[in-house]
Amino acid sequence: MISESTIEPATVSDIVTRVEALYRDGWRLAQIGCTRTADGAEINYSFDKALTLRTLRVTLKSLQETLPSVSRVCFPAFHYENEIHDLFGIPVDGMAIDYKGDFYRKAHPAPFAKPPEEKKDV
Amino acid sequence: MGMRTIIPFGPQHPVLPEPIHLDLVLEDEKVIEAIPRIGFIHRGLEKLVEKKDYQEFVYVAERICGICAFIHGLTYSLAAEKLMNIEAPRRAQFLRVIWSEIARLQSHLLWMGLMADAFGFESLFMHSWRIREKILNIIEETTGGRVIFSSCKVGGVRYDIDNDTLKRIVRDLKEYEKEMRAVGDVFLKDSSVRHRLCGVGVLSKEEAYRLGAVGPMLRASNFAQDLRQTGYCVYGELDFAPVVHPDGDAYARCAVRIGELYQSISLIAQAVDKIEEGPIDVKLRGFPTGECFVRTEQPRGEVIYYAKANGTKFLERLRVRTPTFANIPALLKCLPGCELADVPVLVLTVDPCISCTER
Repeated sequence: MISESTIEPATVSDIVTRVEALYRDGWRLAQIGCTRTADGAEINYSFDKALTLRTLRVTLKSLQETLPSVSRVCFPAFHYENEIHDLFGIPVDGMAIDYKGDFYRKAHPAPFAKPPEEKKDV
Repeated sequence: MGMRTIIPFGPQHPVLPEPIHLDLVLEDEKVIEAIPRIGFIHRGLEKLVEKKDYQEFVYVAERICGICAFIHGLTYSLAAEKLMNIEAPRRAQFLRVIWSEIARLQSHLLWMGLMADAFGFESLFMHSWRIREKILNIIEETTGGRVIFSSCKVGGVRYDIDNDTLKRIVRDLKEYEKEMRAVGDVFLKDSSVRHRLCGVGVLSKEEAYRLGAVGPMLRASNFAQDLRQTGYCVYGELDFAPVVHPDGDAYARCAVRIGELYQSISLIAQAVDKIEEGPIDVKLRGFPTGECFVRTEQPRGEVIYYAKANGTKFLERLRVRTPTFANIPALLKCLPGCELADVPVLVLTVDPCISCTER
């Protein structure tokens, strides 16, 4: 058996209030991760309670769209948000600790922003 | 108010096998605030998933870390199997549990040695690593490697271990357990060790949970959560309860890891008792499709793999959230209020694995 997991859609405008509500309801921040889509990105905010994983998903239309930080209402989010900013180049507004792009040392800016190459061998 | 200074700690420091940096704001000798910095050796391994096909990537997943190698390979394999809607055969599931627990033993013994070295108890360090060598010998005997197991693959495992060897390994482990208890008793009862660890870096149950702490860091604050409780592989058929400690300090984290050594030996013995005959892998057909989250319990705590596939032999995205990354906010909470001399010990109580964090 692998632990239960659900994914729910969320928006840029309601993500802070929804994260705050989950956090107040006793859900522990498990991870925040970013996945590149054709033009933008999906940001997954995963919370754990009693071994159940609940994920809120915000879809960004482009990598230039600003993401509001949830670290003011859920402190452990700060390093996930810095990671997303550094690797994908997505601007995150209002982080509790903002490394201003220096969280990771990188040879190239936003190295994960490049979409996956088309593969011929499938 | 005393004089405030900022002391840089790391990235190179005698207690740090891998680079992490902390800016420590001190008032006299007391830490007021700590600002972490990682990313000195970030490798971008997640991006490699676009170039290595889903079966080859097991080798990359194992190389995320040399200490948690097997469980990285296992977690990746579980994710790929979930996307392909297949399940490894029962014998492979038991072997995965056995190797996972052997990996936990060597990791905790490694940490005990590093910890003893950090608080200046050299003979304890040597004894911990002496026992660890015996565990590495078991790994070498059963997989051919001492660091990277390469025994897990999508759909099962690469090697079998015959039942006689498994029984002998359990007998050997029971002998090693006596030595572990002798060393563990020094950790838990020696007055100089207790003086160094008790009451240092206290994290309450509520704080540990709210800050997203995982693994021994969480359980040492009396929160009984262990991903093995979800029953992945065949953990659901084995009898165990999370090892917890009520104190939430550096000593408690030490006690939890030592308790988990004995628990791992018990889990290996139970798995060997219950292991079934049969195949060790299944034939793979088609390519992974869809997305999933998979969580397992590494020696340092919960690891999360997110995998997304599009029906080709290359995954579209693989995201790995490692336990050390999750424990950073909890470390930042522990440090304020401690003495500068306690910082190396406190950093080590997280059992930081920067190689994992810099995946």
